Amino acid sequence: MNSARTALSRKIAVHAVLITYVVIALFPVFVILINSFKTRRAIFREPLALPNADSFTWEGYQTVLNQGDFLQYFQNSFVVTVVSLFFILLFGAMAAFALAEYRFKGNTVMGLYLALGIMIPIRIGTVAILDLMVQTGLVNTLMALILVYTAQGLPLAVFILSEFMQQVSDDLKNAGRIDGLNEYTIFFKLVLPLMRPAMATVAVFNMIPIWNDLWFPLILAPAESVKTLTLGSQVFIGQYVTNWNAVLAALGLAIIPVIILYTLFSRQLIRGITSGAVK
Amino acid sequence: MTALILDNVCKSFGEVEVLKNINLTVEDGEFVVFVGPSGCGKSTLLRVIAGLEDATKGTVQIGERMVNAIPPAKRGIAMVFQSYALYPHLSVAGNMGLGLKQEKTPKDEIIKRVGEAARMLSLTEYLDRRPSELSGGQRQRVAIGRAIVRKPDLFLFDEPLSNLDAALRMNTRIEIANLHRQLAASMIYVTHDQTEAMTLADKIVVLRDGQVEQVGAPMELYNNPANQFVAGFLGAPSMNFLRHGENSLGIRPEHIQLAETGLSARVTHVERLGGETNAILVTEHDEPITVRFFGQHNIAVGEAVHLTWDAANQFMFNAAGERI
Repeated sequence: MNSARTALSRKIAVHAVLITYVVIALFPVFVILINSFKTRRAIFREPLALPNADSFTWEGYQTVLNQGDFLQYFQNSFVVTVVSLFFILLFGAMAAFALAEYRFKGNTVMGLYLALGIMIPIRIGTVAILDLMVQTGLVNTLMALILVYTAQGLPLAVFILSEFMQQVSDDLKNAGRIDGLNEYTIFFKLVLPLMRPAMATVAVFNMIPIWNDLWFPLILAPAESVKTLTLGSQVFIGQYVTNWNAVLAALGLAIIPVIILYTLFSRQLIRGITSGAVK
Repeated sequence: MTALILDNVCKSFGEVEVLKNINLTVEDGEFVVFVGPSGCGKSTLLRVIAGLEDATKGTVQIGERMVNAIPPAKRGIAMVFQSYALYPHLSVAGNMGLGLKQEKTPKDEIIKRVGEAARMLSLTEYLDRRPSELSGGQRQRVAIGRAIVRKPDLFLFDEPLSNLDAALRMNTRIEIANLHRQLAASMIYVTHDQTEAMTLADKIVVLRDGQVEQVGAPMELYNNPANQFVAGFLGAPSMNFLRHGENSLGIRPEHIQLAETGLSARVTHVERLGGETNAILVTEHDEPITVRFFGQHNIAVGEAVHLTWDAANQFMFNAAGERI
């Protein structure tokens, strides 16, 4: 009975800590959402108040949906994020498989070289990248962004995935080889499914920075047709006047796709975090 | 016909020589066990035979064919792994049939062979299950079934019983022995467990540090070991070695008797197993010695006794461990 009570109090303590964390983490989101439904004046008068009959307005969302081509921005952001993640995971996993599976000259050096990118921020190379994109005619295309984000995400992906790759049983791969599967089938059918939790981890790590990035869209793809959501929302931030309604509404809308993607990955992610503990 | 011929096979990983000039012949239908302590190269040797590793030097011949340049799937072998290595995304039937499917065997033939193997291993009712829904013993039977359906020229077993508990291990051991009798196939079996080696093998290959120490029938090796290592490795409890000048004298625990006179020793521990009693003693020269009595024996810890044995049962080894 005593142990039941300590278990209960421990449960309460754990939940208290977690709930506090959730409240702190969600507070900015909450403020964005409530203020996006308020008039400009109400936002400044009482930033933390909930919208009431007086202050409630759709104005922000209307501005966002009418001005500029927000659906297009959304689509751009979505395409860039999803395609970049796809390439990061595909090439990252393939490189990790090669590094973990095959013994070849310079294997370790190659691994270190690929991991070096973690330490060097890609933005240092912005000028060179822009130059390259101009020369290849990729400026103002989504492809430019996808290439840059893929390059940016690969080092960490290779690093994390090759750690996990080494844990995949050799026997399983060898069993496949004896049964006559080729290396691609072994990789895609046997190894990748076992890597799902690790892949989800990498996906979540990479998704948020790509979705939120302003730097590269501003430099490499500022044209109207290829603007991403983050860049698109900047229209409302002026030098003298900022249309806070619209900015907050745009941000509010921008949260939705991330939540959707995150929910897709999170089941796998949790399995990834706990997999070591259970087995 | 011979099932396998290894001719001067060497394998090194960088500077490290794992296998040194292995020469070996496996006759058709023979059950050969590679045994040795961990790190002796026995698993590597099996992998070289399977084609999962390339030999640095030497040739591997399976049946009539030289297979050095032939990929694992086309060598006419099948392998059973320690960790079962079942495909998690396929059913039991899918696991067993995949190799045949890759060889483009007709569908009804696959179904027939999988059914046959499942009957042999009493897996028929589990054919639609996933590996995750099976127990350890069942998984290992599926892995064995996967090897059987391919009707290979040579079966390779890589410590297949190490992940099973003691009771299951004995059952599966008997099952493998029966399988060998039924299929009359050539099999190579790797283990570090001398009991498995003694009970299953037609021929034991004792390996140490990448070299073959001795090859022979189990009793041949037991009764006539070529060196101190083989003598000490086979048999449980293992052979006693006593200092004898420069050399050492080896005597098996079951060949020692209590007597009125002889080597005096004091009992330090007794293990009573019911069917046998093992006593661990310290001799007057401070050397440990194990004595094995059959049946139950009322020897007690602390007792001072005298030990003797028939000189015909003793072995002498020189300082290098070679038999004299």
